Amino acid sequence: MKSYLSLQVNGRQRDDAVSGNLLLVDYLREVVGLTGTKIGCDGGECGLCTVLIDGKAQHSCLTLAATCNGKSVETIESLGDGGRLSAIQRGFHEKLGAQCGFCTPGMVMAAEGLLRENPEPDEETIRTEMASNICRCTGYVKIIEAVQFAVEELKSKKEAA
Amino acid sequence: MDGNGTPPSPVKSIGVPLPMVDGPEKISGRAQYTSDFYDPSALAGAIKRSTVAHARILNVDTSAAEALHGVHAVITGSETDEGHGVLPISRTELPIAHDKVRYRGEPVAAVAADSIEIAIKACGLIKVEYDELPAYFTAEEALSEDAIDLHDHREGNIERHVEFEIGDPDEGFAEADLVHETEYHCAEVCQVQTEPHAAYAEYDGERDELTVRASTQVPYYVHLMLSKILKMPKSKIRVIKPYIGGGFGCRTEALNVEMITAMLARRAKGTVRTVISREDTFITHRGRQEQTVKIRMGMAKDGRVTAVDCKTIQRGGAHSGYGIVTILYAGSMLFAIYDLHHVRYDGKRVLTNTPPCGAFRGHGTVNTRHAFENAMDEMAEKLGLDPFEVRRINLIKELGFTASDQWINSYGLPECLDVVERASGWRDRIGNLPPGKGLGLGCSHYISGASKPVNWTGEPHATINLKLDFDGSVVILTGASEIGQGSNTILVQCVAEVLGIDPSRVKVVDADSRVTPKDNGSYSSRVTYMVGNAAIEAANNLKGVLMEAAARKFEVSPEDVECLGEVYRAGTQDEGMTFEEVVMAALEGTGTITVKGNFDTLPESWGGKKYRGAAIGGTMAFSYAAQVVEVTVDPNTAEITVDKVWVAHDCGKALNPLTVEGQIQGSVWMGMGQALTEETAYHDGLLISGNMLDYRVPTFVDSPPIETHIVESNDPHGPFGAKEAGEASLAGFLPALTSAVANAMGVRVHELPVTPDRLLQLLEDKEREMRAATAAE
Repeated sequence: MKSYLSLQVNGRQRDDAVSGNLLLVDYLREVVGLTGTKIGCDGGECGLCTVLIDGKAQHSCLTLAATCNGKSVETIESLGDGGRLSAIQRGFHEKLGAQCGFCTPGMVMAAEGLLRENPEPDEETIRTEMASNICRCTGYVKIIEAVQFAVEELKSKKEAA
Repeated sequence: MDGNGTPPSPVKSIGVPLPMVDGPEKISGRAQYTSDFYDPSALAGAIKRSTVAHARILNVDTSAAEALHGVHAVITGSETDEGHGVLPISRTELPIAHDKVRYRGEPVAAVAADSIEIAIKACGLIKVEYDELPAYFTAEEALSEDAIDLHDHREGNIERHVEFEIGDPDEGFAEADLVHETEYHCAEVCQVQTEPHAAYAEYDGERDELTVRASTQVPYYVHLMLSKILKMPKSKIRVIKPYIGGGFGCRTEALNVEMITAMLARRAKGTVRTVISREDTFITHRGRQEQTVKIRMGMAKDGRVTAVDCKTIQRGGAHSGYGIVTILYAGSMLFAIYDLHHVRYDGKRVLTNTPPCGAFRGHGTVNTRHAFENAMDEMAEKLGLDPFEVRRINLIKELGFTASDQWINSYGLPECLDVVERASGWRDRIGNLPPGKGLGLGCSHYISGASKPVNWTGEPHATINLKLDFDGSVVILTGASEIGQGSNTILVQCVAEVLGIDPSRVKVVDADSRVTPKDNGSYSSRVTYMVGNAAIEAANNLKGVLMEAAARKFEVSPEDVECLGEVYRAGTQDEGMTFEEVVMAALEGTGTITVKGNFDTLPESWGGKKYRGAAIGGTMAFSYAAQVVEVTVDPNTAEITVDKVWVAHDCGKALNPLTVEGQIQGSVWMGMGQALTEETAYHDGLLISGNMLDYRVPTFVDSPPIETHIVESNDPHGPFGAKEAGEASLAGFLPALTSAVANAMGVRVHELPVTPDRLLQLLEDKEREMRAATAAE
């Protein structure tokens, strides 16, 4: 049985007929064609598939696409600042928060969700709030620096405005 | 020349913390990994796996699967009789088991179908009849006298038994003031790179040609194995390495995933995409083996190690993989870190009915280093010596050859020790810490590329092509595998530095067998050292071409041309020519320019002939690391918190301090996983830890700050003096952790991982003993 799915993906309206058992991550990757969101496990282990649903960081592998009817989904492809990297992305680039890059889209979206809720988290908060995202390259050291870089960037941007 | 008349100077690229050149692609989601390739016509591949650990295959009935609507190809072990493997002498593993299965999860058939759901359903319809055989899940069981052989050509289930004696160990022990024996056990661990294995194979039936994309660290070994398995000429195969989500060694040999996908594509006469699950990625394995290490060490009163006797047994799993190499490294890498002269080694690699092990980061060295460093600390304690003192008195006195004929040309370990001693405040803090807190030290080392390749063909170790064309960009064509370690960035920096140009002018095209020069791949920390040197040679050759072109225009001899990177000039007052003008001059009459650079190891680095296999352990340069780990142990639960790590790594010249730091931190952290939580677990050969939660990958909240120091010993043969940065810092964490726990609690855990239950048991034993002793008084 297919159901009607009407939602916003990265600000664009989409209307699709989807099976009830279709995962949001498979919908994004295979139906919409946005392959930036990655799959790293067999369900709920690694956080690589993190996207924002109505502004909150969620595992898209634990979400059925059909449950997103009427909602707004944001993926890594939505980020950017006038064609250049967003503050969080810049933090990941300049501080080497990404090595192999496979956990990066989920990691960046988790950071995006965190900073929208709490624009100035301390290190402890970053660690706890992002703890469901796994990275095997960095030991997390430089990911924390990347998020802290973004916090400072966004703060000085706000002050300038 | 600027308005002030200052000439432009060549751009500095080396030693600069340049963010990765492919960072923006990865961070924006644009980077395409193997599983990101979709095509509406692509079929889904699925692998049917053995449900038993050891059995003869009596029959595989695929008829129901083949009859299922939407199934395009079903293959079994009869698809190929060619085996694969690392060394030419041990290519006995079949991509799909044929007459025998040797571990639970070994492929027994595979399907290509319209959808993954149909492919999985078809796998379920394949009936395999097994005649079960006795199965052995530990090295001890496989070595028992009545055990049957897993492989006919490996009697007694011994994949390789390595024995050597260097110097005179008996004399060394006689010289010792203290002789001590100790044993350590290390659990099997897996790389758990975040990207599950994937392959995407396109078969062109018209031309009988194959294009394969695969999540591999060694695209050219994959090419070689595909040709062998499929019995196709190499010229009809093209292998492309897309972006790779890490590897840490599990992808340093061709894996059954890519071979099976290629066979399915040919059979289905189309395109097949296979992405295996996390659980199956664990089962494909190639991780670090379970291992017991027994060390008998002789020590003089002052801490000098007079003799070492090391006996080790590795549970290698069901196939050879890198096994022979691993068991040789475990012996040879006893050397080249301290000044050792009398060493006896006995290492056995055992075949068991568990998934095959392989070359995990720190390949071969980690578990023996763990036992060795712990043995030193145990003896230091008995002799009343400080751990730093014991390391220092055993430092190598002069550069040159070790007793095992390994070649040491640079040695930054002394400085690494000084740095972490100072940074951690060791002198003031050791012995004065509050209860439950402890500090521990560990040292480790690694090779910068194996000086002999596993496939000896007579080709150079590394080749780089540089292409220069009308657009003024320099394109690096390299077969080297960027897998996230930043090798493309390092190559850009090497080329930009030689030419003095802005690194943004240098672009990379990598790892496509149709386009790029062959490269052995990313393993044994070879890329920066070997491919970096080749890149420097190529860039120097290109610079020569540009100097000549400029000289022609200036009507001077090339020696009189000055290269300022973006400007070339003939005299100091001369305005000169821009880089782009020189490029156009160089193209006159010849068109697009391609130059090449090679790298080969020097024969002195090939390792000795003192025992069979002594070449394993030979390298042009050893890297070194020292680290101090601080822990807090909860006295009630024995839960261990790593408060902080101070690490110093001698990587020669740090070509890119940013990526070097990233490599060091990743290594330390991966060592922490092995030391504290990670362990694969099997029940009768069935993997029961096949996910990141049960396997216990450390998260943000389990991970300590890692204060990272770079020590630059500048290797005489390294690219700009560089050595490896991505492996040596792993092994030292393990002994530093057990020593820190011993410092905190007075007990040393001899089994890895150091879980709270293991530690609590020792603490309770100790308390019971103390109570008994008090009662006896």
